[in-house]
Amino acid sequence: MVLVSLKVNGALVSREVEDETLLAALLREHLNLTGTHVGCDTTQCGCCVVHLNGRSVKSCAVLAAQAQGGAVTTIEGLAKDGILHPVQEAFHQCHALQCGFCTPGMIMAALDLIENHPGPLTEDVVREEMEGNLCRCTGYHNIVKAILSAARAMRPTEAAAE
Amino acid sequence: MVMYPTRYHRPRDVCDAVRLFAAGEDATYLAGGHTLLPTMKLRLAHPSDLIDLCVLAELHGISTQDDVLSIGATTLHREVADSSVVRRWIPALAGLAASIGDRHVRNRGTIGGSVANNDPAADYPAAVLGLGAIVVTDRRRIAADAFFVSMYETALEPGEIIRRIEFPIPEQAGYAKFRSAASRYAIAAVFISKRGAIVRVTVTGAGSAGVFRLRAMEQALEKDFLPASVALSQIDSGALLSDLNGTPAYRANLIAVLARRALGRLGEAQSYK
Repeated sequence: MVLVSLKVNGALVSREVEDETLLAALLREHLNLTGTHVGCDTTQCGCCVVHLNGRSVKSCAVLAAQAQGGAVTTIEGLAKDGILHPVQEAFHQCHALQCGFCTPGMIMAALDLIENHPGPLTEDVVREEMEGNLCRCTGYHNIVKAILSAARAMRPTEAAAE
Repeated sequence: MVMYPTRYHRPRDVCDAVRLFAAGEDATYLAGGHTLLPTMKLRLAHPSDLIDLCVLAELHGISTQDDVLSIGATTLHREVADSSVVRRWIPALAGLAASIGDRHVRNRGTIGGSVANNDPAADYPAAVLGLGAIVVTDRRRIAADAFFVSMYETALEPGEIIRRIEFPIPEQAGYAKFRSAASRYAIAAVFISKRGAIVRVTVTGAGSAGVFRLRAMEQALEKDFLPASVALSQIDSGALLSDLNGTPAYRANLIAVLARRALGRLGEAQSYK
């Protein structure tokens, strides 16, 4: 067993887990944060994307022990006081989900893209950079629209370039 | 999917990591884990001990000194792709790193992990061999030509740890990749560099024994460093992979096309558009 202490959505948590426990399992099974979905479990679909120290990672391919001392943000950590995060709001406004299974990973991936991509976010860039997230309903069109809309809301320079 | 039980270790330094490796029954090093952990989940690997090298700051970072660009083993693909130093001195290497997997993979995967694993379709081996780099380990310096032995096989001894890769800075380099539409891995990719009179041409994704050099094409390009010097006759299709992505003849043709493309984008941080 290994003792893992980390920040999850701003709160310090500690759990003793089996060494081979994945970050996704720590979140879902030990901390009851089931907003992080496990889709393929083979590191391909991106449903389990969370942020670890400010960057998007597939939580099904990271050990909980590797997140020791880190800061994790999950989909549950985005809305504040009942107000949706701008990326969540854009997904809602653009109807960027069908069955909703991939949505938490899509939103966390989109947020990483908007916060960390150095250049402007065009439709081409968004489609390319989101290739690590699969939508089994193939509802990509509105997802891309939502990300571009959120980028305009969160990046003042991009809104000005319109 | 559930992995077999294992023990996770955070070494204090490289010596401690080597000691932990020797003490383990069937230990292995863990870097970004984006090959190892999925393999363990499929129960194709079940190491007794995992020794996490990413906790060692001494294995991380990018620097230049005397015409050599040095990249620490646990440096992430994203860090290489975004590095202003790599983009300035070997833009093709930054473009190669930016083309690996997807952005989440690039946020975890490491250059040392990729090179040590020597996947026959991995990108980094093409650059390490194509730039004539030196793989610096905890015990010696290994020239790229002696490092890559065969598919998933390298010159690394049990317990040996890659500290960093030292890339001689070329005058020109280019990388061109043709990706599988499903897996995004290279069906074939070609790295070309020129340093003085020396040209190196390497191919990944297509060789039946992993990454390899195309000596005949190197010689032709050393005479005339132009796309027109590339010819199908320089490629021995007998050494090429045959799988559902393509026949050896298909791959040979692809290699010639990609070699011309790589020559057409020398100095660019771009690899597959």
